Amino acid sequence: MELITPEFGLFFWQTIVFLVLLFLMAKFAWKPILNSIRNREQSINDALASAENARKEMQNLKADNDKLLKEARAERDAILKEARELKEKTIADASEEAKAKADKIVADAKRSIELEKQSAMAELKNQVAELSVEIAEKVVRKELSDKEEQHRMIEKILGDAKLN
Amino acid sequence: MTAHKSFKIIVTLALGFALLPLNLFAGETKEDDNSAEDEFNATEMIMHHIGDAHGWHFFGEGDGSVTLPLPVILYTENGLVTFMSSEFHHDTEGKHVVEKDGMRFVNLHEDIYRLDADATAVEFDEEHHPVNASKPWDLSITKNVAAMFLTVILMILFFWIGLARHHKKHEHAPKGFNNVLETLVLFVRDEIAIPQLGEKKYMKFMPFLLTVFFFIWITNLMGLLPGAANVTGNIAVTVSLGLFTLVLILVNGNKDFWKHTFWMPGIPAWVKPILAIVEGAGLFIKPIALMIRLFANITAGHIIILSLIGLIFILEHAGVAGISVPFALFITVLELLVAFLQAFIFTILSALFIGMAVEEHEHH
Repeated sequence: MELITPEFGLFFWQTIVFLVLLFLMAKFAWKPILNSIRNREQSINDALASAENARKEMQNLKADNDKLLKEARAERDAILKEARELKEKTIADASEEAKAKADKIVADAKRSIELEKQSAMAELKNQVAELSVEIAEKVVRKELSDKEEQHRMIEKILGDAKLN
Repeated sequence: MTAHKSFKIIVTLALGFALLPLNLFAGETKEDDNSAEDEFNATEMIMHHIGDAHGWHFFGEGDGSVTLPLPVILYTENGLVTFMSSEFHHDTEGKHVVEKDGMRFVNLHEDIYRLDADATAVEFDEEHHPVNASKPWDLSITKNVAAMFLTVILMILFFWIGLARHHKKHEHAPKGFNNVLETLVLFVRDEIAIPQLGEKKYMKFMPFLLTVFFFIWITNLMGLLPGAANVTGNIAVTVSLGLFTLVLILVNGNKDFWKHTFWMPGIPAWVKPILAIVEGAGLFIKPIALMIRLFANITAGHIIILSLIGLIFILEHAGVAGISVPFALFITVLELLVAFLQAFIFTILSALFIGMAVEEHEHH
């Protein structure tokens, strides 16, 4: 058997064997193996994609949460601000009212003081008049014990009355 | 397993591989001594080892040798003739005549000759060519064919019974040896098929590429075992494999490919016929290069190892073994790499050539 001359028999068998092997392998080995590998790769890719999606969703959720939190914070700030304003307004209102009330009380007090003063003055006047009358009576009683003096007295009172 | 331990095992195995041909070959010399010549003929020994044979010889010499008989199948004008190779009684000198169906056959240097009707023994001319015998069509299951069957059995065991069954039952990635096989399948797909053929078209050629890759690689590795056949180092085998690639190129070549081969666009008209001849020849040179590369690389490796061992017998001194064996061991280990490399090169070049034939050209 020569080294570089192809033997027909071996060529024949190689061709037949290779064709049969190719057919058997393609049908029973390569096809299931390659399909299964492809399916596995597909499922790995799908899993990776879904993990990526989940990650994105998580990010979205977090962003939403952040947004909500921000909104809540803003709302809280607004409420606090409003409350502060309300408080200030209430305080201002209250102090104004109090001032008005106080002014009124003071005014009332002044008026009642004035009234009291007037009535006191009036009473004083009456008292003074009564006292005067009493004194006068006592004086008159003492003076009228003398006739001459009586006449002079009457003359004097009459004279004053005429002047009125 | 520690690296040190595995290294030891590898060395032991490799030594075994390197030494076993020595034993086999030691038997051969004696056989040669017993026959015509006293002197050791290295060329004959090497050619015997790298060539095909009708029986699978393991060890021993003459009638005492251990040989697996293989069927001899001959196609003559009187129809098919079959008998076992053992009927030649280890004779390759054309001395032992086998009579079958009224015809006489002899084995002359592993070529089966049919003696002419009236002849009872082979007669030679001065150039040692038989004058009274002719060669029938020899379709015997030779040593190489038997080794080929072994590769087929291994591939069926590995990929059909092994890996494909796992894939039919389970979704997850396989473990152990199946995982190694799957990695290799993926290697062929991702490093050979997809880069050369493109994402869209590779699937169609995957069965061929995978089959050719594993067939060549496993056969190469089997060929390194002591006493094994030199299948991929036989030109008939590589011619057949190369023809498969050629047929795939011719069948799958698209319009663009044929146009670029025989009427290259974009060059002066007078260059076109010249280029057509070059490209047309290239069409056949490509697979021929594939055939020769695989055949030459594998055969060369075997010849180097056999020559190194043969040195011991040429110089007729056992001390030469001290140099020859380590060298042969080194080459054997190198051959392990070459076994893979040649399978890879054959497959990637096949993919490349097919890829060129199916490529969609952009129109300039």
